[in-house]
Amino acid sequence: MRYQLVASLRRGIVVTVVFFVVLGLGYPLLVTAIGQTFFSRQTNGSLTGYGSTLIGQNWSSTPCPGHLPGTCVFQGRPDDLGPYAADPAKGVSGGDNPLVANGVPGGSGPTNLGPRSKTLVADTRKLIEYWKARGVNPTPDLVTTSGSGLDPDITPADAIAEVPMVSAATGISQAALEKLIAQQTVGRQLGFLGSGYVDVLKLNMALSKMR
Amino acid sequence: MAFFWTVAALVVALAVVWRLLGAYMVSVYEGRCGWLGFLERPIYRLMGVNAETEQTWQRYGVSLTAFSGVVLLIGYGLLRLQGSLPLDPQHLGAVGPAVSFNTIVSFVTNTNWQAYSGETTMSYLSQMGTLALQNFLSAAVGMAVAVALIRGFSRKGSKTIGNFWVDLVRGTLYILAPIAVVAAVVFIAQGAVQTLAGPVTVSDAINRVTQVIPRGPVASQEAIKQLGTNGGGFFNANGADPFENPTGLTNFLSILLILSIPVALTYTFGKMVGSVRQGVAVLAAMTIIFGAWLAIATVAEHQPNPAVAAAGLTAQPAGNMEGKEVRFGDTTSALYGVASTQTSTGSADSAYDSYTPMGGFAMLSGMMLGEVSPGGVGSGLYTILLFAIVTVFIGGLMIGRTPEYLGKKIQAREVKLASLGVLVMPLSVLVLAGIAVAVPAGRAGPLNAGPHGFTEILYAFTSAANNNGSAFGGIAANTRFYEITTAVAMLLGRFGVIIPVLALAGSLAVKEYVAESVGTFRTDKAIFVGLLLGVVFIVGALTFFPAVSLGPIVEQLSHGKFF
Repeated sequence: MRYQLVASLRRGIVVTVVFFVVLGLGYPLLVTAIGQTFFSRQTNGSLTGYGSTLIGQNWSSTPCPGHLPGTCVFQGRPDDLGPYAADPAKGVSGGDNPLVANGVPGGSGPTNLGPRSKTLVADTRKLIEYWKARGVNPTPDLVTTSGSGLDPDITPADAIAEVPMVSAATGISQAALEKLIAQQTVGRQLGFLGSGYVDVLKLNMALSKMR
Repeated sequence: MAFFWTVAALVVALAVVWRLLGAYMVSVYEGRCGWLGFLERPIYRLMGVNAETEQTWQRYGVSLTAFSGVVLLIGYGLLRLQGSLPLDPQHLGAVGPAVSFNTIVSFVTNTNWQAYSGETTMSYLSQMGTLALQNFLSAAVGMAVAVALIRGFSRKGSKTIGNFWVDLVRGTLYILAPIAVVAAVVFIAQGAVQTLAGPVTVSDAINRVTQVIPRGPVASQEAIKQLGTNGGGFFNANGADPFENPTGLTNFLSILLILSIPVALTYTFGKMVGSVRQGVAVLAAMTIIFGAWLAIATVAEHQPNPAVAAAGLTAQPAGNMEGKEVRFGDTTSALYGVASTQTSTGSADSAYDSYTPMGGFAMLSGMMLGEVSPGGVGSGLYTILLFAIVTVFIGGLMIGRTPEYLGKKIQAREVKLASLGVLVMPLSVLVLAGIAVAVPAGRAGPLNAGPHGFTEILYAFTSAANNNGSAFGGIAANTRFYEITTAVAMLLGRFGVIIPVLALAGSLAVKEYVAESVGTFRTDKAIFVGLLLGVVFIVGALTFFPAVSLGPIVEQLSHGKFF
């Protein structure tokens, strides 16, 4: 029995070392090599000259001369967490948040506020006021935070709700903005997977070309 | 309608996987598959293992325990030394002792409970070489135990139940690794990141904003985390993070990967015991539970969020979107949640803590049924087989006849071992949750007030003892109290079940077959499925109803009240 245990420990160490090399290092390196060769844009984070299309940004502080900040662009859902969050000390700002709806530090993530949380009621009220002050009749997505805190997307209905705000600040007609949203709308994958959405960064890149 | 097609596509895909992967796993564990022999044989040679030699259940158990001890120690060491090792572009430094202990226990037990935030704690080396590696190994251990139990039924007069080292190596090399490589490439093609280049700083000229975007070897970890029903995310936001789960397709693929092995193992089981119908009966019971819980969760999550409604936004046509991503929506998020909590995965593409009371109930109670629908890789099958033994025992009591299952007489020893395996989990959950609400350190944990806060505590221990790893994320898991107590729950929930299962396998393998007679209770018929479901529900309801009624049920009933 004692011999058995010693032999088992030795075998355990050997197999762990072997798999550390094969699966702990070899497997991710192989996958990285395949990714970098065939899908280099995705592998590196879907970066454009304006940020990643997969990671939400803070649009609420965008300077808009003569108007409230953030009103001349489409804004994303209220998320502001972790390394993406605004950090004035480092001159970094991120998240796509109009208001800090929560204060959880330390990384991406949701608010984790329950369905009967007084805090969530109060935060939602503040968010509704925020949008009303900008002439927007908010949809539920615009006053709820996402699961990641980095949601880069809004639904077409959310974007249309923001049209009066963007139109007033940019002078672009509401009809033209609605046409733009329709062009930028991505349908469900294969027609049934997930939900349709508009990527806020892509929408604002297209919007900046119209101005 | 789109949700209907999503479920339909999932059912069709799983049917194909059930037949093909199930048959493939039979050939792997029976040693008839050799296309990776060039890798497999040198590993045995280095270990000094003869692939033909078999082990008794005691030796199998000693090997498994020794192996788990070794990986625990090596993994703990690697986390503690993180600061001195390469591949740490963010200079995150060493991981603290209690977090390291909790984390390595969590990954070795296939739980993947995360008391840390991935992007701000773990270096790339820790993510790849410790955490993702354990995703492979803990999954292979679970499958090995399930296969050992199957051999207990399929053999007669045998002292041995297989060789742990061979089962471990074959499960990892032939089943987990190839599927993970293919799935990881699909994740990348859809947008999951996979780089060792460290975080990137980007400036957006449109809104004059600078962002630091964490990256890393994410896709490779994502594929095995789902396939091995592990669930530990690279980033804190887990499957909700767009870099882990970028599109509706990767979300669907995640659900499919989570369910593939647990579902296919029922075919493997049926084939190896000589009757696929026996596997179908077990799968039918799993499917009925899964379907019922999916219905509860999707209906509940399609309701408005009460807090958002109270703030003045009563019209919520897309359901409860607090804590959910736009690209997934309410019902698909609920489907992911059910798949993740009814296996031992515990990954999340939305915040379970922000689910409606009944949506949260569906996640919590899915685990409380013992994770048998279809359960974790290996653990789901061996746990439902424990319930099956209890079922034939109760069936036998009703007609006063010695029970049989798959041609083996079920006697006092088997019933005792099965009952022990079934009761370890509820006992761990209730005792530890009781301690947590009794001491200040435990009560300091929850973020939310009122019944939801209690649910956060109950959920934490249910998740840990079931080796699930999902969380009502508001709970402060990174305190000494929760780091130690959840680690205890994870160890009990894993090895407290595995050891009785191996003992059971050994005791069954020795037995001879008894001839089937007119009095034999047929275990491949609907009546057995019904009785099995009854046992699972009664055990779950009797043990957990009082606790659940203090949490989500009270919350659901407290209309108009906020805490």
